[in-house]
Amino acid sequence: MRKTSLIALVLFGALLLYASSGLPGHGDPDGPSHRERSRVGSPVAAAHYIRHAQADAASPNIVTVVLADYRGFDTLGETIVVLTAGLVCYLILRRSP
Amino acid sequence: MTSSSRNPILITASRLLAPFIQLFALYVIFHGHFGPGGGFQGGAMLAASILMLRLSVGAERSELKFRKSWGTPVGALGALIFAGTGLLTLLLGGRFLEYHFLPLPDLSRAELHSAGILLIEVGVSLAVMAVLVAIYDDIMEGSGGG
Repeated sequence: MRKTSLIALVLFGALLLYASSGLPGHGDPDGPSHRERSRVGSPVAAAHYIRHAQADAASPNIVTVVLADYRGFDTLGETIVVLTAGLVCYLILRRSP
Repeated sequence: MTSSSRNPILITASRLLAPFIQLFALYVIFHGHFGPGGGFQGGAMLAASILMLRLSVGAERSELKFRKSWGTPVGALGALIFAGTGLLTLLLGGRFLEYHFLPLPDLSRAELHSAGILLIEVGVSLAVMAVLVAIYDDIMEGSGGG
C-alpha cells in the first residue's frame, strides 16, 4: 500500500513537472491571461482590470480593486467562511455555562 | 498557569511590542489601497498581537485588551459592516456592493469606490481578527486552560 502510493506520488509529481514546462513564463505579456481575447474569442477579464482599475476606484493597487470591488461578492463569501469557522469552533469547543 | 510563574522578560517584551504590531497592522489595513496589504493580512496581524498578549501576560489580564466574550460578536459585526455596505448601496438604488451609490457627499465616482473598498476592508479585518482570537479562546476554554 505504501509502495503503491509512493509510486503514484512520484508519477504525479513527474507529470506535474512535465506539464509545468509547457506553461507560459512568469509575467509573459503574450501569456493567455494577458490577451485581449481568449482562444475561443471571449473577452479576458485581466486586460479590463489592468486598464480600468485606476480610473474606476482611484487606487493604484489593482489587487485590492479586484478583491474588494470587481470581486466584492466573492470577498463577502470569504469573510462569511471565516466567520462560520469561528462560529463552529464556538459551538463545538465552548462548554455550556 | 498562575501569574506568579510568568517570565517578566516575556511580559515586558510583549507589552512593548504589542502596540507597534497593532500600529503596523492598522497601516497594512489602511495602506491596502496603495501597496501590499488589506483586511485579511491586517486582521491576522491584529489577532497575532492579541494572541501574543494572551500567551505572555495571561488570559485574565489580556482580557483588558480584548474580552473573551467579544470574539464571536465582533466577528459578526465585521461581516455585518461588509454586508451592510452592500445592502446600503442596494437600498439606495444601485446593485449589491456598487459603491458609487454610497451616501457620502462631495466625492467623485472613483473616490466613492475607494471609500467603499476601505469600508469593507475594515469589516474584513474586524472579522478576521475577532475570529482568530475567538478560535484560540474556544480551544483554551475547551481544554480547561486559559
